[in-house]
Amino acid sequence: MSTVATPVRESVLSLTGINKRFGAVQALSNVSLEVGAGEVVALVGDNGAGKSTLVKVISGVYQPDDGAITFAGRRISVGGPSDAQALGIATVFQDLALCDNLDVVANLFLGQEWRRGAFIDEIGMEREAWRLLRTLSAKIPSVRIPIAGLSGGQRQTVAIARSLVGNPKVVMLDEPTAALGVAQTAEVLNLVERLREQGLGVILISHNMADVQAVSDRIVVLRLGRNAAEFVTSQTSTAELVAAITGASDNVVTARAQKTSERRGETHE
Amino acid sequence: MSEQVLQDATASALAADAADERLISNQGLSGAVSAFVVRLRGGELGMIPVIIGLVVIALVFQLNEPTFLSSKNLVTMLQFAAPVGVISLGIVLVLLLGEIDLSVGSVSGFAAASMAVLMDSRGWGLVGAMAVGILVGTAVGLLYSLLYTKIGVPSFVFSLAGLLAFQGALLYVLGDKGTVVLPQDSALRSFAREKFLSDVQAYALLALVVAAYVAVNLLTIRRRRAAGLTPPSLTVVLVKGGLLLVGLGWLTYYLGIDRGWGYLFVLFAALVVVMDLALRRTRWGRHVFAVGGNEEAARRAGINVRGIYVSVFALCSTFAALGGILIAGQLTSVSQSSGTTDTNLTAIAAAVIGGTSLFGGRGSAWAALLGIVVLQSIQSGLNLMNVDSSVRFIVTGLVLLLAVAIDSVSRKARSSSGRG
Repeated sequence: MSTVATPVRESVLSLTGINKRFGAVQALSNVSLEVGAGEVVALVGDNGAGKSTLVKVISGVYQPDDGAITFAGRRISVGGPSDAQALGIATVFQDLALCDNLDVVANLFLGQEWRRGAFIDEIGMEREAWRLLRTLSAKIPSVRIPIAGLSGGQRQTVAIARSLVGNPKVVMLDEPTAALGVAQTAEVLNLVERLREQGLGVILISHNMADVQAVSDRIVVLRLGRNAAEFVTSQTSTAELVAAITGASDNVVTARAQKTSERRGETHE
Repeated sequence: MSEQVLQDATASALAADAADERLISNQGLSGAVSAFVVRLRGGELGMIPVIIGLVVIALVFQLNEPTFLSSKNLVTMLQFAAPVGVISLGIVLVLLLGEIDLSVGSVSGFAAASMAVLMDSRGWGLVGAMAVGILVGTAVGLLYSLLYTKIGVPSFVFSLAGLLAFQGALLYVLGDKGTVVLPQDSALRSFAREKFLSDVQAYALLALVVAAYVAVNLLTIRRRRAAGLTPPSLTVVLVKGGLLLVGLGWLTYYLGIDRGWGYLFVLFAALVVVMDLALRRTRWGRHVFAVGGNEEAARRAGINVRGIYVSVFALCSTFAALGGILIAGQLTSVSQSSGTTDTNLTAIAAAVIGGTSLFGGRGSAWAALLGIVVLQSIQSGLNLMNVDSSVRFIVTGLVLLLAVAIDSVSRKARSSSGRG
C-alpha cells in the first residue's frame, strides 16, 4: 500500500485523530484529512467506509467523540450545520436540498435573503445570482424559472452556486455526479475546477474513479473507518486506487481489469 | 461556447439576465402578450380559470335572474363574502404549507361567542371583548402548532378534533341562552352592516391604489435598469395601470349607484393586500413557500421551520376568530349554529377554488378573495332564483370538484412543460 504524504499548500481545514462511534460500531477511528486552499481532495472508499460519517462530522451534523478540527489555523468545534456555514464550510448534499417550487434566485439565497427595509431585495439578489453563476461559467438560461424546470446538471450547478453565497473557504460536494449524464458530469467537473481556481478548498466525495482522477489533486482512501491510503492523483493508477479501496491487490475488480487490458493489449495509465 | 457568449454579453452591455442565447426575448406589449400565452400553455394558469368561472356564473345567473348583476345585489354579495373571506385567508396560509385546518368554522364561532358573552353577561366594552375573542383564536393556533411541532399529530387529526371540541366550547360558553344578541348601538354592528365609503373616499382610495401600483412598478424599472437587468416594459406597466384604473373605477361607480364599497369589504381587501405583500416580498413569506415546497431543504438552509409552522397555524386561527367576530357583527348575534359546517367548508373551498394548491407551496393571498367571490355569487344567484338549499350544496360541491380538477390538470401540464 503506497502512502504518499506530500506537504500541501497552506492548509485550510485539517482533521486529526477523529473518532466516532455509534453503539457497537466504530464508524471512524483515528481518521485524518487535510485540505489546502485551491486544492481538490477526493474522498473515496467503499460503501460503509465512513465517508458519509466524516462528511457529517465536518458539516456539523455529527459531533466527533474525539479528535481535533483545525480551520484556518484555529482549533474549532462544529456544533451544528449553521455553525459550519458561519465558519465558511459549505456542503452540497447529494439530494441537493432545493425547493422545486421556488425560482433559482430564491433557492440560491434561501435562508439568507438580502433585505431592503422589511422587504426582500429581489433586484440585488438577482444581480448577485448572475455574478455567482458567471464566476462558475454556469449555463442557466434564466434565474426566474422554478427549479422544477431545470435539468439535473443545472440543478447541481444551482446547488454548488448556493454553497458559494456565504463566501466559504471550503466546499464539500457529496456525490455531485452520481445522477448525471456524460455531458452534465463534465459540466459539474468544470465547476469543481472553477472552485479550485478561486482558491477554495474542495472535498469531493465520489464513487466514480474516472471523475476523481479527472479533477482531484489528492485522493484520500477510507476503508472500514480508517485512513487506508493517500495518493497524489497524477502519480496513481486506477489499479492502485481500487486495491486501496478494496484492501487487496488481487480482487475481482483488478482481476477483471487486468483481463480486459490483456485482451485489448493495452495498459492502464 | 460559453466563454464566447459571456465575453460578448459583457462587451455589448446586454443585461445580465438577457445574455443567454437560448432565451426567447419578449419585449414590449406584444412580447408580454405572447409570454402570457406561453405561460397558459405550460399550465401556469394562475387566476385565469377563476376569472372565466366568474364570467360564466355571471352570464348564467344574469340570463335567469336580471337582478343578479344589479348594484344592490353586488354590494350585498361583497358584504357577505368579506367575513368568510377573512377566514379563507388563513386557510390559504395553512394550505401553502401543505397542511389543513378543518376547525376554522368552530374556532370562529367560539371566538365570536366568547366576545358576545363577555359583552352581554359581564358588561365588557367592545374593544376588550373583541381583543379577547381574537386572542382566543391566536391561543388555539398556538396550541395546534404545539401539537404539530412537539408531538407530531397530523394537522388533519388535531383540526378535526378541534372542529368537534370548539363546537362544544361554543355551546358551553353560550350556556342555556342559546343566542346572544349584540347591543343595538355596538360599533361592530354598524361597521359590518351600515358603514360604506362615500363617493369621495372611494375615488380617493382608488386613485391612491392605482398611483401606488404605477409608482412601485416605475421604481422597479428604474432600479432594475440601474442594476443592469432587463426592466419590465414601461408600456405594459402603463397599460396594466390603465386597466386597473378603468376596472376599479367602473366597479366603484357601479357599486356607488347602491351603497358603494362597504367598510367590511375594504378591510378584507386590505388584509388580502397585506398578506400578499407578506407572502411574496418578505423573508417570512419566502420561508413559508420554501417549507411548503421542500421542508427538509428549508431546514438545511437554516430556516426556522418550527417557527414557520407556529406563525402560520397561529395566523390561521387568528383570522378565523376575526372572521367569526365580523360575521357576528353582520348577523347582529351569536347563536348555537355560528360557524358550523357551512362556514367551515365555504372557507376551505374558497381557498382551493381561488387556486391554492392542496399539495403545498403554490398559491396566493388573492385566492381567498377570488374564491370567496365565486362561492358567494353562486350562493347569491341560487338564492335569487329561489332554489332549494339542497341544490346549493350540490352546486358548490361540483364547483369545488371542478376547481381541484383544474388544479390537477394544470399540475400535469406544468410538469410536462418543466414548471414543476
